[in-house]
Amino acid sequence: MTDKTPYFEIKDLHAATEGKPILKGVNLSMVKGETHALMGPNGSGKSTLANVIMGHPAYEVTAGKIIFEGQNVLEMEPEERAQAGIFLAFQYPVAIPGVSVAKFLKSAHDATHGKKKLNPAAFLKQLREHIKYLEVDDAFINRYLNDGFSGGEKKRMEILQMLTLQPRFAVMDETDSGLDIDALKVVSKGVNKLTGPDFGLLVITHYERILRYIHPDHLHILIDGQVAQSGGPELVKKLEEEGYDWVREEFGQEVLAH
Amino acid sequence: MSTESTAILDDYKYGFYTDIETDSVPKGLNEEVIALISGKKGEPEWMLEWRLKAYRWWLRQQEPKWAHLDYPPVDFQDICYYSAPKKKGEQPDEIDAELAAAFERLGVPLQERNHLAGVAVDAVFDSVSVATTHRETLAEKGIIFCSISEAIREHPELVKKYLGTVVPYTDNYYASLNSAVFTDGSFCYIPKGIRCPMDLSTYFRINALDTGQFERTLIIAEEGAYVSYLEGCTAPMRDRNQLHAAVVELIALDDAEIKYATVQNWYAGDKQGKGGIYNFVTKRGHCRGERSKISWTQVEAGSAITWKYPSVILEGDYSSGAFYSVAVTTNKMQADTGTKMIHIGNHTKSTIVSKGISAGDSVNSYRGLVQVLPDAYHCRNYSNCDSMLIGSTCSANTFPYIESENHTAVVEHEATTSRVSEDQIFYLRSRGLSEEDAVSMVVNGFAREVFKQLPLEFSVEAIKLLEMKLEGSIG
Repeated sequence: MTDKTPYFEIKDLHAATEGKPILKGVNLSMVKGETHALMGPNGSGKSTLANVIMGHPAYEVTAGKIIFEGQNVLEMEPEERAQAGIFLAFQYPVAIPGVSVAKFLKSAHDATHGKKKLNPAAFLKQLREHIKYLEVDDAFINRYLNDGFSGGEKKRMEILQMLTLQPRFAVMDETDSGLDIDALKVVSKGVNKLTGPDFGLLVITHYERILRYIHPDHLHILIDGQVAQSGGPELVKKLEEEGYDWVREEFGQEVLAH
Repeated sequence: MSTESTAILDDYKYGFYTDIETDSVPKGLNEEVIALISGKKGEPEWMLEWRLKAYRWWLRQQEPKWAHLDYPPVDFQDICYYSAPKKKGEQPDEIDAELAAAFERLGVPLQERNHLAGVAVDAVFDSVSVATTHRETLAEKGIIFCSISEAIREHPELVKKYLGTVVPYTDNYYASLNSAVFTDGSFCYIPKGIRCPMDLSTYFRINALDTGQFERTLIIAEEGAYVSYLEGCTAPMRDRNQLHAAVVELIALDDAEIKYATVQNWYAGDKQGKGGIYNFVTKRGHCRGERSKISWTQVEAGSAITWKYPSVILEGDYSSGAFYSVAVTTNKMQADTGTKMIHIGNHTKSTIVSKGISAGDSVNSYRGLVQVLPDAYHCRNYSNCDSMLIGSTCSANTFPYIESENHTAVVEHEATTSRVSEDQIFYLRSRGLSEEDAVSMVVNGFAREVFKQLPLEFSVEAIKLLEMKLEGSIG
């Protein structure tokens, strides 16, 4: 029997940046072990939602709640969210010149694992396994974090971090965009390694393509800062064939009806 | 102790004062004071004459104003030019217990049983050298490592031959002043073909109030010799500015190599800019011999005012010079620092890597000259000057001067200015790092190229120092 109490929940979330409202009452609820996909046209607020979940200081939450395992996420600093097991794979990972991938990953691992952290040798062993799994060159760990990385390398780096940190809930912000099919397969393989009964995943994407490799239990469609439509995997096919216009239409009628 | 002073002490843990009886000369500067200093040190006549020539030259000079620094004029008559802790013990070599305790607190043990392994230390307290460790071990190899005062008395032929040959007393205002009144400093001589078996180090401590420190260091590496030298400096916290005007001369003969590293953490003044050390330093190396090498590595983290350009004169063919610098300014600190690389010999090479980090209301300037003389063929220079800004009220400047007069020279200059971005900090925090750890990681990454030039323990210290300095500068 599966536990049907929400694992991760967003309630009537409103958020703005530079005074401009972006999210206008987002509702979303996930049960433990599920994978959800969030799709929507450009400018609908997908990346804003990802950043707000992680606590980016440039976004101001004006109303609503985010609950993870019963904790009030909005009251936590970004590092506390990471320590609680929340992870965001960034759409545009930034470079930190002079800081090696290995040093960074060890610091991040130590910061998120408290007493369960590994000694350097065990850590390195695990890191090499992950690198092999993600089909990355060994020299990767001595390079500076995202410095001079190609788009594909940056995305693999995000997944490598995810495997290293072992979060219990992850948001992937358009990890698939700009990836060729081989890179996409590797990224998906990495993500699927984590999915399981104790892991929640929210895949934010612009294209259905990634959903052929990472299979969502539910799909949400974000339009103009609100979840306009939710449904099962069958929605993916409908979107693929018909685009977003029908959602807009139906959603518009619903708004008018209220 | 009040909470306020505890908080200040947390910021600058070297801010303590040692209450010790001193032997000082009256404040002010004139020929009698210079004669008095020279007399106290038991110097020969030629030394006093050199000092007086320097003093007379200095009187005719104007204080330089070209640096990007703003500070009230220094009253040279309101400074005490000599202050030495009084010897209490019977034995001439005995170290006073209070002095030893003071250095112990600074992490520099002087008693034989506690000596730092692998590092010989010369400890300078105000105007005098109080102890030099590991001397016997070094003497076996013919290496001379002692205070400059002792060298003037014991090795006058070497001092006479080299003193003032890299930085003459006519060189600049502060170098002239130093030549007139210099009190102590270190002297190192590495004989032909000898690789110095340990790092040599000098620890400078200003203790007395209203006292200037004018140290003079002279390092000579004979043909094929090698030495790595480390310098550290601290001072008590006072709300009045104190003057530090040092001169360091390095001489490298054929195939010799000198590596000189400094971690400068003089008291920088409080948050409002009150107090702190005025640091006017002339450091210059002379690659006199062919294939000789000199490198300067500096971590400049203290002082209210820094005016410092460690330079290399590349005279010997195929000689090379390097300058690696991290300069951190916070609060109201001002730094104008950089280097000069003068290419005289053919096939000479120089490398400049400067990383400026500014926070608070500070001003951090890089000023550097790369000069290739008309007769110097096939010279190369590579310069990289990066500035990082933390917050929005600090500033960074780069003043590169390139004077290449030979068409075969290859001179490259790169400069960047960046801000520690909110996105970088957020990225690291989203991986579980605290805001302070995130800033420190970004800054250490930025300065990494320079830190890796330092001996390992020194580089660990330097990283800690940087973290301490930048604590609370973001947000």
